[in-house]
Amino acid sequence: MSEPLHTLTLAELSRRLAAKQVTSEEVTRAFVERTRTVEPKVGAFLHRDEADTMAQARASDQRRAAGKSLGPLDGIPIGIKDVIAVKGQPLTAASKILQKYISPYDATVIEKLNAAGAVRWGRLNLDEFAMGSSTENSAYQTTSNPWDLTRIPGGSSGGSAACVSAGEAPAALGSDTGGSIRQPASLCGIVGLKPTYGLVSRYGLAAFASSLDQIGPMTRTTEDAALLMQVLAGHDHRDSTSLKQAVPDYTAALHAPAKKWKLGVPRDFFGNGLDPEVRASIEAAIKFYQGQGCEIVDIKLPHAELGLPVYYIIATAEASSNLARYDGIRYTHRSTKAADAVDIYFKSRAEGFGPEVKRRIILGTYVLSSGYYDAYYLRAQKVRTLIRRDFENAFQQVDAILTPTAPTPAFKRGEKSDDPLAMYLSDIYTISVNLAGLPGMSIPCGFTKSNLPIGLQLIGRPFAEADLLAMGRMFETAHDFHSRRATL
Amino acid sequence: MEFEAVIGLEVHVQLKTRTKMFTRVAYHYGEQPNTLTNPVVLALPGVLPVMNAEAIRKSIKVGLMHGCKIAEVCKWDRKNYFYPDNPKNYQISQYDQPLCLGGGVEIELPGASRNIQGAHRIVQLTRIHLEEDVGKLTHYNNDSLVDYNRAGAPLIEIVSEPDMHNSDEVFAYLTALRTNLVAAGISDCDMEKGQLRCDANVSVRPKGETKLGTKVELKNLNSFSGVRNGVDFEIKRQIAAIQKGERISQETRRWDAQLGLTQSMRSKEQAHDYRYFPDPDLMPVRVTPEQIEKLRKELPELPFDKQRRYQKEWELPYTITSVICPDRELSEYFEAAVAACGNPKAVANYIANDLLRELAAAAPMGESPLTVSQSKITAATLGGLVKLVDSGAISKQIAKDVFLEMFQTGETAETVVDRKGLRTQSDTGALEKICAEIVAANPKPVAEYKAGKLTAINALKGQVMKQTKGQANPATVDEVLKKLLG
Repeated sequence: MSEPLHTLTLAELSRRLAAKQVTSEEVTRAFVERTRTVEPKVGAFLHRDEADTMAQARASDQRRAAGKSLGPLDGIPIGIKDVIAVKGQPLTAASKILQKYISPYDATVIEKLNAAGAVRWGRLNLDEFAMGSSTENSAYQTTSNPWDLTRIPGGSSGGSAACVSAGEAPAALGSDTGGSIRQPASLCGIVGLKPTYGLVSRYGLAAFASSLDQIGPMTRTTEDAALLMQVLAGHDHRDSTSLKQAVPDYTAALHAPAKKWKLGVPRDFFGNGLDPEVRASIEAAIKFYQGQGCEIVDIKLPHAELGLPVYYIIATAEASSNLARYDGIRYTHRSTKAADAVDIYFKSRAEGFGPEVKRRIILGTYVLSSGYYDAYYLRAQKVRTLIRRDFENAFQQVDAILTPTAPTPAFKRGEKSDDPLAMYLSDIYTISVNLAGLPGMSIPCGFTKSNLPIGLQLIGRPFAEADLLAMGRMFETAHDFHSRRATL
Repeated sequence: MEFEAVIGLEVHVQLKTRTKMFTRVAYHYGEQPNTLTNPVVLALPGVLPVMNAEAIRKSIKVGLMHGCKIAEVCKWDRKNYFYPDNPKNYQISQYDQPLCLGGGVEIELPGASRNIQGAHRIVQLTRIHLEEDVGKLTHYNNDSLVDYNRAGAPLIEIVSEPDMHNSDEVFAYLTALRTNLVAAGISDCDMEKGQLRCDANVSVRPKGETKLGTKVELKNLNSFSGVRNGVDFEIKRQIAAIQKGERISQETRRWDAQLGLTQSMRSKEQAHDYRYFPDPDLMPVRVTPEQIEKLRKELPELPFDKQRRYQKEWELPYTITSVICPDRELSEYFEAAVAACGNPKAVANYIANDLLRELAAAAPMGESPLTVSQSKITAATLGGLVKLVDSGAISKQIAKDVFLEMFQTGETAETVVDRKGLRTQSDTGALEKICAEIVAANPKPVAEYKAGKLTAINALKGQVMKQTKGQANPATVDEVLKKLLG
């Protein structure tokens, strides 16, 4: 009981709250104070409303005192990526264009967290509109990797990853379009789960690429991820892409007897850019599973290497349309220099969007243009189908696929910011999972000699989140990587 | 050289649904600006569209009514363009897979005169697709205001083939379309409220030529007469231009009803690239044959089919069917009254001659006539009136007054007749007495009659009817007078 509250897992805090050993007010204050202390170094938050957060904590304590606890998340502070709508809170998507915007409604996942009694804690930094892999594309601030403050936390959910890693919250919500939950989780040494497309409602998530976006949990452990998934998952009538799928008991799956999984390893796909220390950790993880009686199968994903170009056609095409609403007419930044309606569009968007967002809007506009549609967008959709089939074929043989989450550990701030293509390669292992709509999870699986976290990616069949969590748990129980803490 | 015009129409019709196309916000006309909105309508960050199934059902019905082929899948595309009335800066529409394909609209061309039925023909349709409406901009000197009440309302676009050749056909097409859609409860089709909007593609070519001329798209045709006048003007403009040796350029032109001419809005080069692509927020929805058959059973009889039936089964004249058949409420009223009395011609005459006149007269100055549902005379009581006349209980003359009384009070014919003692007198004794008095008091017509001028009896009849306040049975009066005059 001597360790500070901010170092505990969500599950442990939940047990102590249930046993009335602590109050939500104490827990929440611990995270608020921890944040005050380390935030100048980390820079994970774009906005904090401490008074509101403490009020939520006290309300939770009152519920519990009255015997009306709402479950394991009741009274637990959860950080929210600043791209998910919370009623009465800013939603900037780390963009100047939404600088003054306050959301008048709650995202479905927020309604679910509210119904579960969770305490909403702040707005977390990201790459502008979730476009990026380092959180350096935020229009407001850079976020540092808690393991090395000169390095980036990954992205786009870099604020969420850094916040959990630094002990500013026990868990956070991220969103993942091409790796934006898993890659920063990997780089910050935490667990990040991107659910199957359609399992978690996207209603209230400011869209980047609608056919790829998913909201998911970012936590210290698989057990914590299971607790959050239990609340987030489920059909939502407000999201037509949300599927009517029964939600399993994720925590029960974690504690079920260990299975001897068949695990696929696509070594051809690991490629040349893979850092030797990362490769070594992944190979060690593969050996570990083998040692547990799991069967390791060499598999091929022949079209996976086309994932990156396909992604940058489909995602940018959708983004060019999704971001058209930020036009300076209703609620976004409006240029004071505009002379007429068309000028409002040009100048407001020129002033409001950052360079990476502009680059992707231009690219997406181009690939959808008359005369280019068939050559780019339509062809990309066909290749997307081939990538999906690769995975379907692989899952005939195996229960899950193991890959590195990212080709390298966290890189230095500024190292790739002038080279978009090098930056895009950060997502080489994660992108095809979004294109295929599959669940993918990153778990801490090692550290480099210079003490930077390394992540292992587990990819599952559609709706196999429970299996992935169980596999992750199997690794976790035999290793301590997830319980190491960055010194700040 | 003689020219032929070729015209195709793109008609937008707002569907009468309780809520908008992709979110459950009410839609109706005439509310305070920006009150029929929510985060989805305003395209706030994070919102998603959810399809309105009733709008799909109504669109399929429109297709079935007009013989279209219904798509197996309802698929959605985004049409991307920036305009302040369009909150997302893309419109959810249907691009390569419209809900309805082909089909046609039966139209009735003007007859030789108003009372003579004109020829019927089918105008071919290309497609009908479903989409969402945009908001409404109002421009001032230095500002423009936008109202998003209409944004997101369900809208169908009905595209005809270039299958019309003059403004009469265009007018007949719009009239038939509106009649059909109103009858089926699809839309109220009020052009003033923007519930029906029409763009026309007009081209001309030398008569006999099969290749189409360069088309011009006409916009801002805000009324039925606007469509007629705009099309007429544009045909004349194009013919005159060709005769002067000019080339018609492919462009969009705006009809100015005040100036009575069309003006260029934008050329083909300035046309938008809409960058259509499948909307990733909406899954394609399967339309099953069972659903289609269920909707087919709900279709009302088309007004022209009804007209043919009335003319064939009941031998009603065009002057009456052309009044009753286009109006579903009126024809339902008519058929209910006929069911109550079994005399379609009499009922039709009361409706066409009396009821519609009184409904118009009862409306406040300058407002449109009351509808039959507002009439105090119901189909059942009208049937009752006809029955009384047919049974000889009252004369047709008396019935006119009874009708007016019923219209005012809502009483049955029986009640009015009994209250006012209007029943035909069948007491021949009393009638003989009156007739004898009239014969005695009018020697002049009596003498004329006896001298062989048989029509002189009518003057005497008139006197008797006046004396009996119209309650005497005219046939009996005739009989009695003839007997008295020997």
